[in-house]
Amino acid sequence: MALSSAARVPAGRRRLGATISPAVAYWFAVPSVILLLGTLLLPIMVMIAMSFTDYELGALEFSFLGLDNYTTLWRDAGFWRALLNTLYYVALVVPASVVIGLALAVMVNGLRHGRGFYQVAFFLPVTSTLIAMATVWKYLLHGTIGPVNHLLTTLGLPALEFFGEPSLVMPALAIIGVWSLAGFNMVLFSAGLTAIPQELYEAAAVDGIDTPIGRFFTVTLPMLGPTTMFVIITTSITAFKVFDTVAVLTRGGPQGASDVLLYVNYLEGFQYMRIGLASAITVVFLGIILLLSLIQAKVLERKVHY
Amino acid sequence: MARHGSLLSRSGLTPGQLAMHAFLLLCAFAMLFPFYWMLLTAFRPSQEVFSPTFHWLPQTFVGLDNFRAAFGKAPLLRFMLNGAVICAGILAVQLLTAIPCAYALAKYEFRGRGLLFALVLFALCVPVQVPALPLYMTLAFTGTLDSYFALMLPFFLSVFAIFLFRQVFRSFPDDVIHAARLDGMGEMEILWRIVVPSAGPAIAAFAVFSVTAHWNDLYWPLVVVTSPELAPPPLGMMYFNDPDIGSSFGTLMAAATLLTAPLTVLFLFAQRHFVQGVTMTGVK
Repeated sequence: MALSSAARVPAGRRRLGATISPAVAYWFAVPSVILLLGTLLLPIMVMIAMSFTDYELGALEFSFLGLDNYTTLWRDAGFWRALLNTLYYVALVVPASVVIGLALAVMVNGLRHGRGFYQVAFFLPVTSTLIAMATVWKYLLHGTIGPVNHLLTTLGLPALEFFGEPSLVMPALAIIGVWSLAGFNMVLFSAGLTAIPQELYEAAAVDGIDTPIGRFFTVTLPMLGPTTMFVIITTSITAFKVFDTVAVLTRGGPQGASDVLLYVNYLEGFQYMRIGLASAITVVFLGIILLLSLIQAKVLERKVHY
Repeated sequence: MARHGSLLSRSGLTPGQLAMHAFLLLCAFAMLFPFYWMLLTAFRPSQEVFSPTFHWLPQTFVGLDNFRAAFGKAPLLRFMLNGAVICAGILAVQLLTAIPCAYALAKYEFRGRGLLFALVLFALCVPVQVPALPLYMTLAFTGTLDSYFALMLPFFLSVFAIFLFRQVFRSFPDDVIHAARLDGMGEMEILWRIVVPSAGPAIAAFAVFSVTAHWNDLYWPLVVVTSPELAPPPLGMMYFNDPDIGSSFGTLMAAATLLTAPLTVLFLFAQRHFVQGVTMTGVK
């Protein structure tokens, strides 16, 4: 079917070209092009240009600094701490939410009854307003009155001061991150699972592989390879953009232990109004995001050829 | 007993299935516990929050007291109205601009098409935080900060919508378009009256996606809004979290319940579109 429509395309195009003027196409695209230039491409260029200046909002003049902002960042321990904290968060959230998402998808997909119920239950956190639910989580993880600590003490473990202890604050934020992302990944994996041909499982059974675990490792996991890569990178990008929970729960504390890239960027740009330096941070942020997106594009290309 | 067992397995409830249900129910319990705790706390008196023992149900039921207190402390309905206005405005402009552009990319040959599509692909990767500083400065210089317009501006263009709809429109049969032309229909008419209705499910999925994203967005409102009467729900929630006004957990949880309720209800009714929307991000 794909072939026959592809073969018809040249004829169809010629007919289209003969009947309508090319101006129509431009009129259709113009509103989007204006928005694309005005709200995205020009601002990005201005932002990159400003990263080479010492501009501060409200200042009457500014000067060209060359790479000074970038060398400042390079030497700034606070910037490195924010970058490392962000990477730490990514390293905590990505494996957990991908593995949980995969496990839930495989199990729900293997059910004969009640799939819909579980999909709703696991997807609910994704759609809920994260800021509101973060407030609930802060209470759940509260050092003295939180139910999580009630559980820990009941089990004979010491209570944990999740948001007061610098070494615990990123894991606490990561728990919230995993909770809000696992259901999303589950749905992506479910789509990948339904695309696996049933014959492969039958072939595996002929080869004597008939335990669920065996089927998972010989058929499901290899067939989900491209989906898994895609999910890993999508989750990495989302986790790298962590901002909401930090802004509302910790504000970078305690002692800078939860400073993350976007939060530091927000403070520099919109609180201290140091636009030049904030732009340099944004350029670094954009560079990392584009790198991840490039990997994602490569993965998707492979997925198409698969 | 044996007959009972065979009945169970005939209906598909083998021991393996039952074990999976047991495990998944446990997982569902863990995932939904925050929602349960939120509701529980919203319906019990504040002093119970500080009791050292764990209770599944309120020891004293306070009815809607916490909700009444929440409404008294902050204009919650106003926050939700703001959220609705912003989401509707954004979605309307997104659809009006992205649909023709996607159609042009899918069905017309024109110079610059390749470049435009490449820019769309690039823009797909760029989060709002990247153009935020210059957009903020432009709004500040033109005196339009702290307005609905400022809240919506960066999201008027959805390159995701362009990408998604281009994909959908490409599979629309050229013959139908050609036949409509022979009937004397204009290009605009063909697009909005013939092609767009056929893309209903994709548009619904995108709409749900867009509304969820912008109802829940905190970053941009935090940047441009200073007056509480313009705050969308997440920013409103943040005011609430301020130690000055939100000292009582009960009121805080009542506010959280109210602000998450609209999307939760939307999700329960439009579940299929949500799932489709997520799957579409996967096929891009």
